[in-house]
Amino acid sequence: AAMEVPLSHGLASRAAALATGYLCYRRGSPGRGLALRSLRRARRQDIDDVGHKYYLELELEDVLDKDSTVNCTAEVLYHLGNKNIPPDVQFTLDGELKNTDEADNIFYNRIKSLEKELVAENIPDSHGNVPPEMEPIRLLAWVASGYVIWQNSTENTKFQLAQIKHVKQVKRSDEYLEFDYMILLHDMVSQEIIPWQMTVLWHPQHGVQVTQDSRQPKHVSG
Amino acid sequence: LQLDFWLAPRGLGQPVDIRVPFPSLQSLKAHLESNGISYSIMIEDVQTLVDHEQMEMLRGRRGLPLSTNTFDYATYHSLDEIYAFMDLLVAENPNLVSKLEIGRSTEDRPLYVLKFSKGGTNRPAIWIDTGIHSREWVTQASGVWFAKKIVQDHENNEGVASILDKMDIFLEIVTNPDGFVFTQTRNRMWRKTRSRRPGSVCIGVDPNRNWDAGFGGPGSSGNACSETYHGPYANSEPEVKSIVDFVKSHGNIKAFISIHSYSQLLLYPYGYTTTPVPDEKELHEISEKAVAALSSLYGTNYKYGSIITTIYRASGGTIDWTYNQGIKYSFTFELRDTGRYGFLLPAKEIVPTAQETWLALKVIMQHTLDHPY
Repeated sequence: AAMEVPLSHGLASRAAALATGYLCYRRGSPGRGLALRSLRRARRQDIDDVGHKYYLELELEDVLDKDSTVNCTAEVLYHLGNKNIPPDVQFTLDGELKNTDEADNIFYNRIKSLEKELVAENIPDSHGNVPPEMEPIRLLAWVASGYVIWQNSTENTKFQLAQIKHVKQVKRSDEYLEFDYMILLHDMVSQEIIPWQMTVLWHPQHGVQVTQDSRQPKHVSG
Repeated sequence: LQLDFWLAPRGLGQPVDIRVPFPSLQSLKAHLESNGISYSIMIEDVQTLVDHEQMEMLRGRRGLPLSTNTFDYATYHSLDEIYAFMDLLVAENPNLVSKLEIGRSTEDRPLYVLKFSKGGTNRPAIWIDTGIHSREWVTQASGVWFAKKIVQDHENNEGVASILDKMDIFLEIVTNPDGFVFTQTRNRMWRKTRSRRPGSVCIGVDPNRNWDAGFGGPGSSGNACSETYHGPYANSEPEVKSIVDFVKSHGNIKAFISIHSYSQLLLYPYGYTTTPVPDEKELHEISEKAVAALSSLYGTNYKYGSIITTIYRASGGTIDWTYNQGIKYSFTFELRDTGRYGFLLPAKEIVPTAQETWLALKVIMQHTLDHPY
């Protein structure tokens, strides 16, 4: 039987963050990032020999248009033991997400027509600034980091994308856009800042894919 | 007479403006009066104005604000700028504000606390600190704003007048100056102090795990390379020890609020144990009111509860120690946002964050005033 978890409880907010990251990965694009607006309800069930399952009701918002929100139910199953199996996440969206075809195509064409590969660093910068032309690059990282977050989450982690340290476009001969990102993830529970490399593929019709990712060693003294 | 016409004669009935050298002043006045020409003095002493402007220009070139009224609260500042701000605030309000040095950091930077007091001796007091974790920039920036706000509102009944009539306020804006400088020069994500330990390449201790409350327990790390390294022993960090010494020797602090970011939470003890504090019910009720006040301004959503249930187990934390010292009203804030920008909160959110947080702080301060113990 599933027990109610108080909405302010750390475990509920971790499960909600994970579900949001996964959802963002599945539904996001350079024109659409999703963030958690509020957690409406959380229940938890201990399943013997399997793991801990959370039933969540979430309200998500479009990061580019805070007035655009959508409700969502999600189930998160953290597997028992050290098997390094990522959590199972399933979700149902209650409503439509805004169509971002136009913004996506503008971005796609802009990058495709660049003569030199795009390179950038420190997004946002120390003061929280993101140049407007970098916003889609940042959203793409936000979406892709959802994959990394999903794959590496446990009940004892709560990851957020802290910053893009470096991004480099990789020219391709096919229709996909490819970017090589070095990002910093912040884990709220351990407070660690974890550098992570990820190779991200995107096409307006084919969604976001992380084809390669690896945790990087931390700088020792600063 | 060597009169210098700044507005030359244009015709009958039109005014003129004249700069008059001092030796000629009496003669000119006599001449005007005897001819029935009315005059008024626009500038008493031009030299004073010129000197002032000279000084302003010099300061402007160095980028220093001239007063706390021209200080830009909506941007992030360097340590030097914040320390200069403190001196300006004291100079402008010598009867209300003083600056205390409570110790020095590992790298020998002064640790300054602003004291807001309308008098008395060792009045019951409220302590607020910001910036103990250096990467949490919205907190130091909010601390600067709070300092100005206290001065602006100290006579105002909607403000802190009644609180300051009976209590003092202590505000440490840059609680970890070494870390703060490091975030500006080398690594924006630096959290800890900058102390070195023999035998380790890793630098720094988590100042919010270094207090003597459940020190070294689960919820902190013994690994010097960890972000939650508790240090070799409690109060090993001068940034922490200086506050401990201050609190103990003051002996009359009644509320202690330590400010962090991010997550949008208002927390009370304990972090090091699941045992609830004896005053949990009261602290929970205060939190509920404080959060409601905060949200009333911009609709910002906060959660509240004890540290251990709301975020995680954390041992050696500040407010666990202060609570165990008998400071009943011990709270920690985690300010904006919830992860969209995290530590890299855009500067335009500084003032709204400070404004809403101040409403919550006033609830806590008012409750402390109304419930002496």
